[in-house]
Amino acid sequence: MATLEIKDLHVEIDGKEILKGVNLSISTNEVHAIMGPNGTGKSTLASAIMGHPKYEVTQGEVLLDGENVLEMEVDERAKAGLFLAMQYPSEIAGVTNADFLRSAINARREEGDEISLMKFIRELDKTMEFLEMPEEMGQRYLNEGFSGGEKKRNEILQLMMIKPTFAILDEIDSGLDIDALKVVSKGINEMRGEGFGCLMITHYQRLLNYITPDHVHVMMQGKVVKSGGAELAQRLEADGYDWIKQELGIEEETVEAEA
Amino acid sequence: MTVETKLALSAEEVRSFSQSNNEPAWFADFRADALAKAAELALPTPDKTNITKWNFTEFPKHTVESAAYASLDSLPAEVAALIDVEGQQNLYIQRNNTPAFSKVSEELKAKGVIFTDIQTAVREHSDLVQKYFMTTAVKVDEHKLAAYHAALVNGGVFVYVPRNVIVEEPLQVVFVNDDTEASLFNHVLVVAEESSSVTYVETYVSTIEESKGLANIIAEVVVKDNAQVVFGAVDVLAKGFTTYVNRRANIARDGKIEWALGLMNDSDTISENISHLIGDGSVADTKTVVVGRGTQKQNFTTEVRHWGKNSDGQILKHGVMKDGAQSIFNGIGKIEHGATKANAEQESRVLMLSDKARGDANPILLIDEDDVTAGHAASVGRVDPIQLYYLMSRGISKAEAERLVIHGFLAPVVTNLPIEGVKKQLTEVIERKVR
Ligand SMILES: Nc1ncnc2c1ncn2[C@@H]1O[C@H](COP(=O)(O)OP(=O)(O)OP(=O)(O)O)[C@@H](O)[C@H]1O
Ligand SMILES: [Mg+2]
Repeated sequence: MATLEIKDLHVEIDGKEILKGVNLSISTNEVHAIMGPNGTGKSTLASAIMGHPKYEVTQGEVLLDGENVLEMEVDERAKAGLFLAMQYPSEIAGVTNADFLRSAINARREEGDEISLMKFIRELDKTMEFLEMPEEMGQRYLNEGFSGGEKKRNEILQLMMIKPTFAILDEIDSGLDIDALKVVSKGINEMRGEGFGCLMITHYQRLLNYITPDHVHVMMQGKVVKSGGAELAQRLEADGYDWIKQELGIEEETVEAEA
Repeated sequence: MTVETKLALSAEEVRSFSQSNNEPAWFADFRADALAKAAELALPTPDKTNITKWNFTEFPKHTVESAAYASLDSLPAEVAALIDVEGQQNLYIQRNNTPAFSKVSEELKAKGVIFTDIQTAVREHSDLVQKYFMTTAVKVDEHKLAAYHAALVNGGVFVYVPRNVIVEEPLQVVFVNDDTEASLFNHVLVVAEESSSVTYVETYVSTIEESKGLANIIAEVVVKDNAQVVFGAVDVLAKGFTTYVNRRANIARDGKIEWALGLMNDSDTISENISHLIGDGSVADTKTVVVGRGTQKQNFTTEVRHWGKNSDGQILKHGVMKDGAQSIFNGIGKIEHGATKANAEQESRVLMLSDKARGDANPILLIDEDDVTAGHAASVGRVDPIQLYYLMSRGISKAEAERLVIHGFLAPVVTNLPIEGVKKQLTEVIERKVR
């Protein structure tokens, strides 16, 4: 079993504090969902864990099996087992999806032990078929001109090819039609198991109907303000966030407000 | 004001060179006349680069003798890598100034296609050459370098595709440079008659570290009505050359030219690539990629000039600058009066890999007609840190991520080169240059 522990994480962007002490612990074989209104720091948490260059961690730690990933370069974090499906994946012209994926896989392997082209293609074809992606997507340039839904599917393709220990999925369900949502969920459920833990950021119960979370957390004002089980998400779906705000005496939930 | 320039060769020397090549009288006169013009004409004036102190006239030798290649087995590795020895049907290799290997399929000959070195063409297809040689696309008296080129031409290729002939296989040309004293006054003349189609790919490859010579290269492409020409070029000339390279096309009604130019010289280079969209409905699609390194100074002018109605011009230019390299990227879309419904688009992007490098994207739109569409995008910047972050978040190292982004940035030309060996070589040259 592996664990990802986030301890008292404070994060600034352009000198403004966004995360104000996040605590969270995830183990493999668990799926956690993070919910919360817009602008409450969910993407910031994901970005800070992965090492986005704009986000500065001012306090706290993120431990992957006891090792502080905040001291690692972004690629080292990935190789240590972290993966982030981004809310807005980059487009990279001139680099085919397939070439990129092969580089990503080979980056994890020793020099001289690169994946054979045949094996790679087999695995890529199989995974793309599983995700109902047309074969030509492999030869398209990375995310370039992909529709919103295609980008999300492509993030899951990467997830399944790279097979990280912990995945953070930032609004992987946004902009997906119902068929795409099913396919993406199928991909994530396929990954579920002993060697895999997942933190899903979402606004919608719709995703959680397909992927039942073990834990649900609510973020407001740059902190996790409430945690519970799958039933918490259902309550949020039914009642919104006001009851939590009332319960906790929060008036303005975004990070703009003083905690 | 004109200043008489002392030139390296006299009129007598030029005439005797012409005679030693058994050139027809008109060509000897043409050379001598051009030489006189070269002495008087001014240099071209590429926008934003002052070349008055560059040496475009002095060189160690006008021509060097090199051995021909007895067979393709005797090619140096760098050259052999470019060629699909078995598959390539139509091939011309020039070694410095010497025609060194040539192969043309019987099928093409039977169709009346001419694909031969320029010296032979001047002798054997004198009328055709006379009709087009610096008469249509580039004029002898444009400036000093054009005239000097005309006087001293010592290599090149002639391609003639008759009416309605479709040349399926690409014509491949390799200009090998392995003599430090060689200068290249190569002239390429491609004439595509009405409704014909041809793909021509040339590679300049230096196998020497440093040259003492000049390169004054002109390629002219004449695209007749409804004809289509794909012109691919990869230039990898050694440092030390002073290079002037002018590639130009005239496109008639419904004709189309596609340029895919990988300009990878290590020399100081002035490159000019102009497409004249003369006919209605004519099209020019220009893709250029460049890598500058070391202390080289370069100027790349890409222009599409619209005369024809409904003409369409696309310019894509991507440059990578490292070390202390300096480059100017002039992109010019010019729409003449009367070219209604013309469309002029351009995109110029420069990627800076060092603080000391300089790269200026200089997009220019000159429009003399109301009923047209035009647009341009230009940018100069560094590798996008967010793109690097994205790639690195998949475990790819920073160096490899940068490599991917840079290759991707230069891919538009690589993917458009129709010969596998040339494509691979360009990728390798890019790899070597940006490392
Ligand atoms: N570059 C920036 N400069 C200043 N503030 C920023 C910057 N980037 C993000 N923020 C702010 O940080 C706060 C948290 O943003 P974040 O993207 O983490 O929210 P989120 O919870 O993911 O919201 P959503 O549900 O809309 O995706 C927001 O108020 C946002 O405006
Ligand atoms: Mg977000």
